[in-house]
Amino acid sequence: MAVKPVPRILVINLAEERVETIRREDLAPFIGGIGVATKLFSELVDVEKDALDPVQPIILANGPMSTIFPVVTKTVAVFRSPLTGEWGESYAGMRLALAMRMTGFQAIVIKGRAKRPMYLAISHQGVRFKDATALWGLSVSETGSILRDLESGRGHRSCIRIGPAGERGVRFANVNVDTYRHFGRLGLGALFGSKNLKAVVIHGEREEPIENFAQYSRVYKEIYNKAVTTDIMDKYHGIGTAINVNGLNNLNGLPTKNLQQSSFDQAAAISGEAFAEQSLIRKMACAGCPVGCIHIGLHRREFGPGYDYESKNLSYDHELIFALGSFLGMSSQEKIYELIDAVEELGLDAISAGVLLGWVTEAFEKGILTEEQLGVRPAFDHSKPYLQILRKLVQQPNELYRFLALGAYAAAQRYGGQEYAMTLAKNEIAGYHTGYANILGQAVGARHSHLDNAGYSVDQKLKDKSPVEKVEALVKEEKWRNVLNCLTICLFAREIYQLDTVLAALDSIGIPSTEEELEKLGEDIFRLKQDTRRQLGYDFNQVEVPKRFFETTSVTGNLNREAFQEMVEHYKAHTCPQN
Amino acid sequence: MAKILQANYMAKCIGCYSCMLACARTVRHSFSLQQSAIQIHTAGGLQSRFLADICRGCSEPACAKACHCGALLPRNGGGVRFIPEKCLGCQECVEACVVKTIRFDHTSNKPLICIQCGSCTRFCPHQVITMEVREDGR
Repeated sequence: MAVKPVPRILVINLAEERVETIRREDLAPFIGGIGVATKLFSELVDVEKDALDPVQPIILANGPMSTIFPVVTKTVAVFRSPLTGEWGESYAGMRLALAMRMTGFQAIVIKGRAKRPMYLAISHQGVRFKDATALWGLSVSETGSILRDLESGRGHRSCIRIGPAGERGVRFANVNVDTYRHFGRLGLGALFGSKNLKAVVIHGEREEPIENFAQYSRVYKEIYNKAVTTDIMDKYHGIGTAINVNGLNNLNGLPTKNLQQSSFDQAAAISGEAFAEQSLIRKMACAGCPVGCIHIGLHRREFGPGYDYESKNLSYDHELIFALGSFLGMSSQEKIYELIDAVEELGLDAISAGVLLGWVTEAFEKGILTEEQLGVRPAFDHSKPYLQILRKLVQQPNELYRFLALGAYAAAQRYGGQEYAMTLAKNEIAGYHTGYANILGQAVGARHSHLDNAGYSVDQKLKDKSPVEKVEALVKEEKWRNVLNCLTICLFAREIYQLDTVLAALDSIGIPSTEEELEKLGEDIFRLKQDTRRQLGYDFNQVEVPKRFFETTSVTGNLNREAFQEMVEHYKAHTCPQN
Repeated sequence: MAKILQANYMAKCIGCYSCMLACARTVRHSFSLQQSAIQIHTAGGLQSRFLADICRGCSEPACAKACHCGALLPRNGGGVRFIPEKCLGCQECVEACVVKTIRFDHTSNKPLICIQCGSCTRFCPHQVITMEVREDGR
């Protein structure tokens, strides 16, 4: 095996306000990103203690290709999920990977609980522990504005922060990354809050010379040209991920009104095409990505008589239009923007928030929840009651709201309606109802995300294949994505970064590898995650699949529990043959 | 007439930083954005617009006038030629630059001078920055 660079790791103890840097040769074969983070997390997590216990670590990692190759823009966070209690893994873009690269640290470990509200300023010259008491309670955008003035590094820095939801322990609170991206899923924001950590500002100025200029430049240019001059990335830059809204709707794959339907009669008004034509004002990119998939829309709102208007620039994507749109029966972009604005400012994961509101609405309609408990009367297509519910689940004034702050699974366990609380392994579902592979993929995937193994794609591309072949495709994809995630390549660029390109890119920066070696890496990480999450309590015999999946027709027709269970058995046989 | 770098279409900028990476890579053989002579940043956070700090390609460059060691020479068409071997690192050019876009690299003890090579423009996916002849003809 070729020798790999040894990652440099920064370890921060919030309680003691101490830092150390470590270099571990045994981490080198993991290359970076999810590989290094998985190994570190599996060693540092305390499986006996709650997700919000001060001992639990937060691990951020990027990789050797970060920023210096096109569309290699992600930073991974690994943690014990406050939402599911098990494996937490989330990715964010914007400037974070760039800023980390320029500090010279490939991984940052944050442990302990600060004695009072704190923010961290991390640079290539060390870490400053800064008082954040004046920032506690502030919204995400206000926190960002203040830190922008307090800290240096304009243009090159990254500012990640939580809103009130994270401070108050909402189990699906997110961490906002540079205004328009997020560590969205699985509740990293609650973990920040539990550590009294309001924000982290990262800015490095480390010089890093290019060793093999000719080879590196050639490979960079080839990849850049693929990203910019071919049609591979058109979907993401053009209409963006929101192009899926119409596509899924036409195929009965768009979860609508708490998945009581899989198509939406108002989809045309909230489709990617409609957003682009009516409210898109600009597109933005993560640092190092020439594609620019971040779609920014204008939310214009009259707040008083006499033509008093306010406006905000908000980022939208398919998942937001699904979770805060079709899933809640929203018939206009304006209403969706109102909800996006609320989750952004409070610091909530948009998918979990929307899916939870879907359950609340149906539970209210069925008489499980009352107006007295909620303080409002939730109804599909009405944004105002939802805005109040979102604020209240942050404030948590009564028992119901304390349960809502734990997520849809926990709330349904307490109040009932589990058969239509749309979660898989306690995580709220993503915006696809394509078939068995989508459900299985999210139920068994390491982070219970549609991006673990692209089940929604397997359902459609392998439509006529056998259940065994679909299971094999899911597992193979999850392992390969582990490799891409070691390199923190944006998964939107997975068609560009096929094996040959990955090997060429690595070789050009002095990290020669082979197909066998990368395959083994993907496999090793897959196993390590499986082992760790089992210790954290995950058991695929225990995963509950809400009945609603089998009541509403999908892209691949009507589904039934027996056929799904058959796929689960194939999965178990395929991934743990000893059982 | 030789062309100079212009940033006339910044409203189209997506903030991908490919130009900065190109400058640092091709001119300085560095991965570090600190080494780029073109700097992109926002006017006030990512909800605001992008700005480009670039050499404006003066026809009578103040930086060259301020240079006492012959390292910066006026370039035909605007801007300067930089002869690093002659530079002693006095930083007079940094002070003199009218638009304050010359930054100083303490590692090499030399200023980061835009040499008007156009590398950055070749990696701009939306032709936000371009090489153009000076319009005022001076």
